[in-house]
Amino acid sequence: MSTATARTTPGTAGAGSRPTAWDRVRTYTPASQYLPVIATTALFLGMFGVGGARYDGFTDPQVFLSLLLDNSFLIVLAVGMTFVILTGGIDLSVGSNLALSTVIAAKTLEMGWSPYLTVATVLMVGTTLGIAMGLLIHYFDIQPFIATLAGMFLARGLCYLISVDSIPIADETFQSWAFSTTTLPGGYYLGRTAIVAVATVAVAAFVLARTRFGRTVYAIGGNESSALLMGLRVGFTKVGVYAISGFCAAFGGILFSLYTLSGYSLNAVGMELDAIAAVVIGGTLLTGGRGFVVGSFVGVLVLGVIQTFISFDGTLSSWWTRISIGVLVLVFVVVQRLMTRRAS
Amino acid sequence: MADTLPTLPGTTTEPAPAPAATRPTTLSRVLAHPLVWPVLALVVLLVVNVVANPSFLEVRLQDGHLFGSLVDIVRNSAPILLVATGMTLVIATRGIDLSVGAIAAIAAAIACTQIFDSAAQGGVGTAVLACTTALAVCVALGLWNGFLVSVLGIQPIIATLVLMVAGRGLAMLVTDGQITTVTNDTFSALASGFFLTLPIAFIIAVGVYALTALLTRRSALGMLIEAVGINPEASRLAGVRARTIIWTVYVFSGLCAGVAGLVVAANTNSVNANSLGLWIELDAILAVVIGGTSLAGGRFSLTGTLVGALFIATLARTIPNIGIPVEANYLFKALVVVLVCLLQSPRARAALRSRLTVRSSKGATA
Repeated sequence: MSTATARTTPGTAGAGSRPTAWDRVRTYTPASQYLPVIATTALFLGMFGVGGARYDGFTDPQVFLSLLLDNSFLIVLAVGMTFVILTGGIDLSVGSNLALSTVIAAKTLEMGWSPYLTVATVLMVGTTLGIAMGLLIHYFDIQPFIATLAGMFLARGLCYLISVDSIPIADETFQSWAFSTTTLPGGYYLGRTAIVAVATVAVAAFVLARTRFGRTVYAIGGNESSALLMGLRVGFTKVGVYAISGFCAAFGGILFSLYTLSGYSLNAVGMELDAIAAVVIGGTLLTGGRGFVVGSFVGVLVLGVIQTFISFDGTLSSWWTRISIGVLVLVFVVVQRLMTRRAS
Repeated sequence: MADTLPTLPGTTTEPAPAPAATRPTTLSRVLAHPLVWPVLALVVLLVVNVVANPSFLEVRLQDGHLFGSLVDIVRNSAPILLVATGMTLVIATRGIDLSVGAIAAIAAAIACTQIFDSAAQGGVGTAVLACTTALAVCVALGLWNGFLVSVLGIQPIIATLVLMVAGRGLAMLVTDGQITTVTNDTFSALASGFFLTLPIAFIIAVGVYALTALLTRRSALGMLIEAVGINPEASRLAGVRARTIIWTVYVFSGLCAGVAGLVVAANTNSVNANSLGLWIELDAILAVVIGGTSLAGGRFSLTGTLVGALFIATLARTIPNIGIPVEANYLFKALVVVLVCLLQSPRARAALRSRLTVRSSKGATA
């Protein structure tokens, strides 16, 4: 602190030895671990600003609220993926797991199950799949990439076994959930599923920042051997993050089935890539150990803004979405790489 | 103390050394061969097929071509064998190439669009020129992947993820989002043609495969690739051009993926940039893993990859043949992945071995 003051004094032409409030603002540098999240947020705000300048009605708050609603399932997926990536792993199964959840939900509702029982079943199946993959990864030293690849094939195969065709959801409770909105002051409205997704982010952020489990997740991502030698519950936590990811995928599946009011085995092909991209853009280090769930949330919003851009523009085709996501991932990965190289 | 730590990659997949005192019998030597299980699995699949459909193994000559289920299998295995050959070398350097599906789609998109736009759509020259252009682009994409991995030092899985995500968008850009259908006999011969009674697609795949095997096993190249896979830094200090080698394998992988894309497109005479080669990277990785190549790098078996590719193609054929819906293919692939990984997992093996030795022998020493 004192050195910072000494450095700023000559510049502030006779301002005295005490830093003024402005000096403190001017010389404030955020802790380095928050930099990626801040960069992503700045990117999001910048894109929103550019959109507002180019297109009428882009900055309408309702656009932002729709962004939350349209990406609620992806937000939940990205939350689960953040846990996994923080431990240095990866989960390729989330897209298929989400599709499986929509198919199970639609099929069981068609068979006349209570919607609550359906939700419980879906969450249980998804979490079980996650636990199974976690056990393979931890107890048999199978690489996360391969174990979750198997999970991906398994979930997709189960989807097809249950139904090849799209099943509509006619259940009244599900329909009422899907269409329920909260009216905000000013006449804006927000879908309840979006609120649930944001709440998931909040819970996950709390777990990562304030619980022993969360600290262990970071410790494993930093150095698994050290975490083991420190006596942390590495096995429990590693299986736990895949269970969380499986749970989030199933939960995202329920949100997705509410969004489309149907279950289809071809849903969410490649969505695991979107989730990984969101986590990367959100500033989480892919080698694990550093990152925040809030970053992933903003990452999803960035992906959503790209989509909104394209739909507002009208002349751009949808494939520009994929190209721009690829470019964004590239930029963030290269920047990450340069930053970690300098740090080491 | 080191025993309490998770085992390091590279050291885990070594076969357990046989006790020095006992001479290995022929049987145990055969059983210890890494290719035994994949080959056995393939044989089991074939037997299942024959039981379900006794005429399965029949191959007859018709109009100067070979016909039959087996011929279909080898023909259908061509794209995956091509991609898996490139993937084997990439994995041997401890890398992975997720972008091969997207590269295949781009190659097919470029070739088909060019043939479609050409004045002489059916010409031989048109097809040759289109394929050459497509492959040149694939080399460029491979160079890009190699640049990210070897020069910038980005993890392979992430570096190639970029192209995996963006690649299909690029392919859509080329085809303008349309399913482009072409009519060119030379081009469609890539997939459906026969040469000396054998499917041309298979000849191409085996040609690339044989050339790769020859280059890596009859020269020092294979050893250098393995050296880089074990420790890039050490091999660099030992005078191996690690960066060049890593770069080369990604270019080669891209090229193989491009050829595979052309074969797939030629099979339907069309390209759908969204679905062409979808998940072929995962099938290729599966083939490599089934073949016994460790994902930890440093060791590779091209023969294993060949068996793995044939296994996956046979599996795809077996499912409908025994009356299970085609879509269940994924389910069986998942089971195979888990089974293969468990067989390769040192911990599962150790558990199995200790159970076996406790039961069968009393003189076994650790």
